[in-house]
Amino acid sequence: MQVALFITCLMDQFRTSAAEATVEVLERCGCDVVFDPRQTCCGQPAFNAGQHDAAIPVCRSAIRILDEQLQDGCEAIVVPSGSCAAMFRHAIGLLDGADAEAASRVAKASYELSAFLVNRLDRIDVDAGWTGRVAWHDACHGLRELGIASEPRRLLQAVRGLELVESATCDRCCGFGGTFSVNLPGISVGMADDKIDELESLGIDAVVSGDTSCLMQLEGRLAARGSTVRGVHLAEILASRDHASGSES
Amino acid sequence: MSEPAASIHHLHADRFAELVPRALANVELRGALANATDTIRNRRATALAGVDDLQALRGRAKAIKSEALEHLDEHLERFEKTAEANGIKVHWASDAEAARAVVLDIAARTGARIAVKAKSMVSEEIGLNDALIDAGVVPVETDLGEWIVQLAEETPSHILVPAIHKRRREIRDLFARVLGRPMPDDAPGLTAIARNELRTHFATADLGISGANFLVAETGSFLLIENEGNIRLTTSLPKVHVAIAGIEKIVPRLEDLAPLVRIIARNGTGQPISCYQTLVSGPKTSPDDDGPEEIHVVLLDNGRSRLLADELTAETLRCIRCSACLNVCPVYRQIGGHAYGSVYPGPIGAILTPQIAGLHAASQLPDASSLCGACREVCPVDIDIPGVLLHLRHQAAASDEDDAAGVDPVTETKNRAARRGFGLWRWAMASPARYAMLGRIGRISVRAIRRVPRLSRFIGPLRGWCDGRELPPAPDRSFRDGSTARRISARNGGRRGE
Repeated sequence: MQVALFITCLMDQFRTSAAEATVEVLERCGCDVVFDPRQTCCGQPAFNAGQHDAAIPVCRSAIRILDEQLQDGCEAIVVPSGSCAAMFRHAIGLLDGADAEAASRVAKASYELSAFLVNRLDRIDVDAGWTGRVAWHDACHGLRELGIASEPRRLLQAVRGLELVESATCDRCCGFGGTFSVNLPGISVGMADDKIDELESLGIDAVVSGDTSCLMQLEGRLAARGSTVRGVHLAEILASRDHASGSES
Repeated sequence: MSEPAASIHHLHADRFAELVPRALANVELRGALANATDTIRNRRATALAGVDDLQALRGRAKAIKSEALEHLDEHLERFEKTAEANGIKVHWASDAEAARAVVLDIAARTGARIAVKAKSMVSEEIGLNDALIDAGVVPVETDLGEWIVQLAEETPSHILVPAIHKRRREIRDLFARVLGRPMPDDAPGLTAIARNELRTHFATADLGISGANFLVAETGSFLLIENEGNIRLTTSLPKVHVAIAGIEKIVPRLEDLAPLVRIIARNGTGQPISCYQTLVSGPKTSPDDDGPEEIHVVLLDNGRSRLLADELTAETLRCIRCSACLNVCPVYRQIGGHAYGSVYPGPIGAILTPQIAGLHAASQLPDASSLCGACREVCPVDIDIPGVLLHLRHQAAASDEDDAAGVDPVTETKNRAARRGFGLWRWAMASPARYAMLGRIGRISVRAIRRVPRLSRFIGPLRGWCDGRELPPAPDRSFRDGSTARRISARNGGRRGE
């Protein structure tokens, strides 16, 4: 199956390992992955800040490029971020006319990575190995706008060497929230601390998420606290075949 | 907007930016909030687990409220007729001032000296207590939490649990100071003291004042829901009763109360049903009856009806004030209710306050959210709170200094910076080459700050980030500049290449 890859801007710039890992997992599952380098950002930062003048052209450009890829034979769009995948749904209301129709097609064909693997490809075991004890963090938009909850957990449980534990605060926001994280840093950091206090009590090696933004927030705070818990993107674990050595690739 | 002067008493949401750091510095407050909200949300989860048709119940509650709002005028007029047929006097108040005037007029005419009050958010909204005091009537709050807040000369910090921000020790010291004698340390002991004090007031009060959870158009009655029995006493002992209710409290039929009663207690306090449901249908008809001789209902608009103009904003009027959204909100959990500077705090307050009092009075509140959506997830009447927050943010961002709707100075400063920042962002994102350049600058800046942290002070957004967080390590090159991206984009020929 030919799939169009949409790499979120944060991942493109700051988490290239997760982007590479996404490609590797998809190819391992037999996908023909296509990346259009004209893509930049989905428009969400400006949209969430209420800045529609800035959000509309950026969002429209992303939608047009992805829609073109669908016309050119891509059967699905895979986004290693629930947040950006959810933005394509908002694009339907944000854009007008033919662009809104294109946004409908794009939103319908878009999958967050774990949802694509489990629901579209019917793959639970992607032949991954990663040694360690981890907890899953449900990113808000993936969980509440796309309904993704069981998919990443099923994928993680199938990873050799990995032990998945449930965190009691798994569905509580990490405090990122785009510009929220820099406009109200005190609240944002307090929210991260709430989660981290609980995560540290679980004796885990890493917290796993499907969104680079949540990971930046949690890792940024974990590092400032001098914690031993790391942040790992789901794609990085699924790409890893490193069972014995006790760390990801 | 040239609307009537809708207002919220003691509104100081324009001070949100300065109230937040103060709330965050209050470690004790944050501990109290975490404990209390965790307890309530666990209770709620348990109570809802016992409902086998939860989604159907939620759907029913939403449908009732939506139906009521769709023909709000007709239902309210019907209520006026049926209530008056029952002997209840109905008053229409377009704003807070008009509502206060109605109550003061009744108090003056009946010679009221002491008014016992049931907990009522609308009474807080219109600032009724201050008005009563000015008119020489002593208002006594009879809900335990509300009484504590009144004694402390504060405002409620939660819709359902007014004194959620207070710890037991503080309450003991407060009682000791106000009552002038030593107080017990335990909650039952303190509650017993409060009960005794309040009984005296119930015995002497000549006016009872309450809100209303629901007004029933079909029967002209109104329902009050509570746990302490104080509302039962407030509505039955004094010879005159006044209930003040927002116009959105109407439901068409008596049978509509059943699903709403089932859902409000489970979502609010995590009980299957509250201890007392008091349905008031009219004054006493013979001298031997119990209950007040006069009953009044004040129907308050105060900015509500203009929300009906738009399908999205009208959703806010479905709210039944269960406060489930407060208890799950990670932002409320950090800062508590007072930081919002509005009697309506939390997620519902962040959308209700600017919509009824005007964006200019509370334009910072829609930003007090990470848009996590936990509020919408629990809302028993499915209000799209994040959607309304986004709508209000857009309104705030679109307004400028010339706009009559306006925003407060803090928001205007933020807007100006955001417009500049997102203007640059838009310019960069419009071209892959410029995007790549901005990305490169971003990664170089991040690397520099990781080496010399105090550099973050000079780069706007990164300054906020570095307040308690480290920046991520920045790779030398972006994904798109790497070999994998080249391989999977070049392979498909010219069209998708650079």
